[in-house]
Amino acid sequence: MPTESTSPLAYESASELVFGRSKKPLRCGFELTIGAGYVFPEVNFTLPAINVEKATWTQVVAQYEEMATKILERGVSLRVPGLVLEFELLPAMTLTPEWGAELTCLLESHLRRAHEKHGLRCALRVTPTDMRDQGKPPLLRGGAPWETVKRSFELCIEAGAHLVSIESIGGKELHDPGLMYGDIRAIIFALGVLAPRDTAWLWDQISAMCAQDGSSIPAGDSACGFANTAMQLAHQHMLPEVLAAVVRAMSAVRSLAAFEHGAVGPSKDCAYEGPIIKAITGCPISMEGKSASCAHFSPLGNIAAAMCDLWSNESVQNVRLLSGSAPEVFTEILAYDCRLMNVASDKGESLRLRDWLTESDEWLSPQAAVLSPEATIRIARAIVSEKGYYNRTIAAGLAAVGILRAGIHCKQLKLRVKEVQWLDRIERELNSLVADETKLIEEMMGQHGTEFDASSYGL
Amino acid sequence: MNRSKPLYEAILNGDDKAAVAATRAALAANAHPMELVTTAMIPAMDEVGRLFESQEYFVPELLLSGRAMRAAIDLLRPLLAASGAQPTGRVVIGTVAGDLHDIGKNLVASMLQGGGFEVTDLGTDVKPERFIEAVEATNADIVALSALLTVTMPSMKLTVDAMRAAGMRDRVKVMIGGAPVTRQYSDEIGADGYCESASGVVALARNFMAERHAH
Repeated sequence: MPTESTSPLAYESASELVFGRSKKPLRCGFELTIGAGYVFPEVNFTLPAINVEKATWTQVVAQYEEMATKILERGVSLRVPGLVLEFELLPAMTLTPEWGAELTCLLESHLRRAHEKHGLRCALRVTPTDMRDQGKPPLLRGGAPWETVKRSFELCIEAGAHLVSIESIGGKELHDPGLMYGDIRAIIFALGVLAPRDTAWLWDQISAMCAQDGSSIPAGDSACGFANTAMQLAHQHMLPEVLAAVVRAMSAVRSLAAFEHGAVGPSKDCAYEGPIIKAITGCPISMEGKSASCAHFSPLGNIAAAMCDLWSNESVQNVRLLSGSAPEVFTEILAYDCRLMNVASDKGESLRLRDWLTESDEWLSPQAAVLSPEATIRIARAIVSEKGYYNRTIAAGLAAVGILRAGIHCKQLKLRVKEVQWLDRIERELNSLVADETKLIEEMMGQHGTEFDASSYGL
Repeated sequence: MNRSKPLYEAILNGDDKAAVAATRAALAANAHPMELVTTAMIPAMDEVGRLFESQEYFVPELLLSGRAMRAAIDLLRPLLAASGAQPTGRVVIGTVAGDLHDIGKNLVASMLQGGGFEVTDLGTDVKPERFIEAVEATNADIVALSALLTVTMPSMKLTVDAMRAAGMRDRVKVMIGGAPVTRQYSDEIGADGYCESASGVVALARNFMAERHAH
C-alpha cells in the first residue's frame, strides 16, 4: 500500500515560502546550487517545423548547436548568475534513444565550455518523452515502449544529463475522458489511484538509473498531461475554470509521489503544482508563467513566480525575431525576470515582491487562487494530514474547493453562475466518494476495466 | 415536434437513459425514425452547439448530449438502414504520424458524431497509408487531420500528398486543426479547410457536404 507520509510540512508557514530559497538547496551540473538564494533562468527550446528523421538529422543537430550557442552567449552577456538548459526530447528523439543522447552530449559540451571560459554556473536538464501510452490500454511497466523510454534515460544519463525529468502519463488514459465528461469519480480514480502508483513505480526506476550512474540527479515530474490539459481546456472555455483549479490541487499528490520515490528537485517547470511540492518536501522547484506565453496561455503569469527556484519559458521554437533567435530572446526575458527577483532578495524585500506577484493574479482566476502561498500551505497541509494517495487526492480537492469558497464569500473571487454551479457539483461529488478506495477500484474496474491495464498499476 | 420533444429535451440535458426511453416511447407511438432524427436529434444537437458557442455549455455538457444522442441513434440505426437512410457524411479522423496528442482530435470526433456524421477514429500517430486505407474502406467524404506539435505538422502535408498520389483528393475533402495549425498552413499544404477550434468543425463539415451535393 503506497502510504508514504512526508508530514510535517517542510514549510509550516506561508511566510517562509518565497522564490529562490528552498529548505533543501540542490547542487548540480557545473557548480550550480539551486534554491540557495537566487532564482536562475531555465531556458527551454525546440525546433521549428522540421521532420525529425535520418535524412534531416544534420539539420536538427545544427539547430540545437545554434540554439545552445546563442542562449549561452546571451546569458553570458547579461551576466546571469547561473542558468539551466532544459532539453525536452521530441518523440522521435526518444524513439531513437541514440539521437537524444547525441543532443544531450552536444548541449553538455556547450555548458562545459561556458563554465570553463566564462565561469558560468550551469546545468543541463534532460526530459525524455513518456511514450508508454502507445498501446490501448497502455502497458506501462514492460514491453517495447517502456524499454525505449528506459533506454533513452540510460543513454541521456550516460551522455551527461545533470538532471533528469519526465512528464509521466500513467492514469491519463482515464483522466482525459474523465475531464471531457466532467466525471469527478473517473478523475479521482485516475489522479488519486492510478497516476500516483505509476509515478511511484517510474521514479523508483529513474532513481535507480541515476544512482547507478552516480552523476545524474533525479529531478522531478509534472502533472502536465493532467492539470495543464485542464488549464488549456478551461482557457478555451471548454471546461470550467474551477474544475481546472481543483484538478491542479489534486494533481500535486501524484507529482509528490515522484519525490517520495527518489526525486529531489527541481520539479519540472510546467508543474504548476510545484509550490505544494516545495511546501511539503522543501525541495527546489522550477516554474513558468508570463515568460512562457511563447508556449501557452496561463492565468498564472505572476503568481507562478512567487515561490520558484528556477524560472522557465516552457518552450520556444528556434525562429528568427528582430533581436535574434527566439531562444536567445527568451533567455534575455528570463534573465531580467530573475535579476529583479534576486535584487529583491539581496535587499531583503523578497516577501514584498512575492506578495505583489501573488496579489496581481490571485483573485482574477480560480486557478491562481489555489496557488497563493497561503493556499499552497493549506493544500499541502490537507495532503499530509491524510494517508494514502486516494484520500490525499480528495483532501487536496476539498481544500481547493474551500479556498475558492472563501474567495467567493469575501467577494474577492468573482465567478459566473455556471462556474459556481460546477463548484457546487465538484464539492458534492468529492464528499460523496467512498472512504475506502478498494470499493472505488472495484467499481472502476467494472466500468472501465478495458481502458487501463491493472497490472501496470500493481492492481 | 410534440412527439419528439421528450427526446429533444433528453439530448439537450445530456441524459442518455431518458433519451433511450423517449425514443422507445416515440417509436411505440408510430413515429418514423427519420422524423425523430430531423425533428429531435439534429435540432437538439444544433441547440447544444449554440449553447457551447455562447459558452453556456462546457465540453462535458456537450459530450453528454452527444452520448445521449448516440444512445438514441443506436436504437434507430437498424430501422434507418432498413429504410435506406444515409448519415450526414462519413469522416475519417486521426492525429498525424509522430504525434501522440488526442484530446482535440477526440473532441472533434465527438462533435462530428453529434452533428450526424459517421466517424472512423484512427487514433494517434497515424501514418498516411492508414488514412488512405480507411478512406477506401469506409468510402469517407472527409478526412480530418490533427497535430499539436510544430514538428509533426509536416506529417499533415505528407498525408495530403499521399492522398493526392493515391488519386483520391478529388473525392475527399481534407480539414486540419490543432494548436500550431493556421489557415495559411492549410492553404500551403493544399487542405480544403481549417478550424481554429473544435466548435466550428460541424459547420465546416456540413459546408463540405453541401458543396459535394451541389456538384
